[in-house]
Amino acid sequence: MSPNVRRVLKNGAVRFGSTVLIVLTVIALLAPWLGTTDPAWLDAVNMNQKPGVTVDWTGPDNQTAPRTLLMGTDSFGRDIYSRVLYGARVSLLVGVIVSVVALAIGTLFGLLAGYFRRVDAVLMRFMDGLMSIPAILLAIALVAALGASLTTVIVAIAIPEIPRVTRLVRSLVLSIREEPYIEAAISVGTPVWKILLRHVLPNSIAPMVVQGTYVCASAILIEAILSFLGLGLPSEIPTWGNIMAEARVVFSSAPYNMWFPGIFLTLTVLAVNLLGDGLRDTLDPKFNKRGAQR
Amino acid sequence: MGAFLAKRILATIPVMLIVAIIVFALIRLVPGDPAAVIAGNMATNEDIARIRTELGLDRGFFAQFAIWAKGLVTGDLGQSFFFKKDVTALIAERVGPTLSLAFLTIVITVLIAVPLGTLAAWRHGGWLDRALMGFSVLGFSIPVFVIGYLFAYFFALRIDWFPVQGYKPLSAGIGEWIRHLLLPALTLSIVYVALIARVTRASVAEALTEDYVRTARAKGLPESRVLIKHALANAAVPIVTVIGIGVALLIGGVVVTESVFSIPGLGTLTVDAVLARDFPVIQGVILFFSVLYVLINLLVDVSYVFLDPRIRY
Repeated sequence: MSPNVRRVLKNGAVRFGSTVLIVLTVIALLAPWLGTTDPAWLDAVNMNQKPGVTVDWTGPDNQTAPRTLLMGTDSFGRDIYSRVLYGARVSLLVGVIVSVVALAIGTLFGLLAGYFRRVDAVLMRFMDGLMSIPAILLAIALVAALGASLTTVIVAIAIPEIPRVTRLVRSLVLSIREEPYIEAAISVGTPVWKILLRHVLPNSIAPMVVQGTYVCASAILIEAILSFLGLGLPSEIPTWGNIMAEARVVFSSAPYNMWFPGIFLTLTVLAVNLLGDGLRDTLDPKFNKRGAQR
Repeated sequence: MGAFLAKRILATIPVMLIVAIIVFALIRLVPGDPAAVIAGNMATNEDIARIRTELGLDRGFFAQFAIWAKGLVTGDLGQSFFFKKDVTALIAERVGPTLSLAFLTIVITVLIAVPLGTLAAWRHGGWLDRALMGFSVLGFSIPVFVIGYLFAYFFALRIDWFPVQGYKPLSAGIGEWIRHLLLPALTLSIVYVALIARVTRASVAEALTEDYVRTARAKGLPESRVLIKHALANAAVPIVTVIGIGVALLIGGVVVTESVFSIPGLGTLTVDAVLARDFPVIQGVILFFSVLYVLINLLVDVSYVFLDPRIRY
C-alpha cells in the first residue's frame, strides 16, 4: 500500500465515515432479505402501531401471521422498518449519482473555462447567475417544471451543484497552468486536450474527490427536503424524506415515526461529511473547505 | 467610493439578467404541452388556450421574454393562477413573516457564533474548540426539518414553553412576535451557527498568529482587548463575507422551517405554488429571493470599506 493510502486509512473520520457508509450500502442492497415486507404494502388493520409490538400481520401474499413491528406502522398501516431500510436506496443512489454527474459536468466546464479565455467569460457569467438562485429553491422549481421521478429529482438536484464544481475546477486549472511542467509541455508542442487530460486533470483529483463528498452530502439533504415538502418522489417509493412527510400528520401522537428515518438520514449525511473532512485533512491540507459553499 | 459603488451595482445587472432568463425558461422545461399540464385534468380547451396566451407560450421565446422582462422592470410579475391575484401583491403580503424569521435568525446566529468561534480560536485545541468543531460537523449533517421537529417536540409538546405553530406579526406586540418566532429562528440558526462559528474560529486563529497580536500582548493589553480589538477586528472581513454567502443557505432553510412551523411566509407560498403548479408565483418568489441574495452580497462588499480601513475602492 502506498504511504498516501495508508495515511488516509489511518484517519479516524475516514474510518468512521466509510464504515457507516459501507454498512448502509449493505443494508440498502440486502433490504429484501433483512426481514422486511413490501414497503408499499399496507395492512389497514394495523394502522399507527407503536414500535416493538407484535401483531397479526397480513402480508402481500394475504397470509396472516404474527409479526414484530420494529419501528411500528404509519397512518396507512405500512411497515416503517421496511420503508426505512428501502429508503436507504434512494438516498444513497441520489447522493452518488448527483455527485458523479455534477463532478463530470462541472469538471468539463471548469477545464474549458480555466483554459480558454473566451469560454471563461460567457460560461462563468452564466454560472454566477445560476449560483445566485439558492440551491434548494432552484431544485424545487426544476422539480415543479419537470415533474417528480427519480431521474428528474436527480437532474434537479445536480444542476444547482454544477457551478460550485465548475468554480473549483476552474480555479485549480488557473493555478496548475502556471506550473513549470505545463510550460514544459506547451513548449514541446503537446496538444491542449492532452495537457488537460494528462497533466491538469490528475493534479486536480484530490480536491475534486473532497468536493464530491460535499456535493453528495448536500444532494442527500436536498432530496430529503424535496420529499419532506411533498415535492419529491411519490410515497410508493419510500424515501426517508417522504416517510417523515407522512409522520408530520401524526407527530403529536407518534413522534417516533419522525425519529427513525431522521436518525438514518442524519447518520448518513454525517458519515459522508466526516469522510470528506478526513479526506481533505489527509489528501490535501492546503485545500480550504466549506466557507464559501452552498 | 462612488465610482466603485456604481461599478459594483452595474456588475449585478448581467447576473440578474441571467437569473431572469433561467427563471423565465423554467416553464419551457415542462414536458409536453405546458399549458395543458398546468391547466390540469379538469380543464377545457378554452382554459388551455387562455393559459397558453397568458403565459405567452404561443409566441417565440425571445419575443415573450422581452414582454415579460418589461413587466419585471415595472414590478409586474404577472397573475397567480391559483390565488387569482397579482404575484407582486401576493409576495408583499407574505414577505413580513419571512423577513422577520430571517432577521431574528441572523441576530441569534451572530450573537452565538461570533463569540463561540472567537473563544474557540483563543483556546485552540481546548475542550470548547473541540466541542465546537464537533457541533459544526453535526450542524451541517442534521436536516433542518429534523431539528425543527426535535425543538417542537421538547419545547412545545413536552414542556409547553412555546406555541407549536403559527405566526404573530410585530404589530401584535414584540413579546408575542418573538414567542412565536423563537423556535423557528433557533431551528434555522443551527446550520448557520455551524458555518459562521467555523469561519470565525479559522480567521481569528489566523489573526492571533500575527505580529500585531504579539505586540499588543507585549505592551500588556488585557487579553479581552487583544481578542476583540486586534484579533476579531482583523478577522471581520471573512466573517461578514460568509454571513452574506450564508444567506443562500438561510433562504433554503426558510422554506423548510416555515413549512414545519406553519408560518405563512414566502416559503409556504413557494410550496403551495409548486403543488398547484402556479408558475407565475414560483417564478416571482425565486426572482425575489435571488435579487435579495445578490443585494445582500452587494452590501457585504460595500461594508468592507468600513470594516477594513486598508481597503479603498
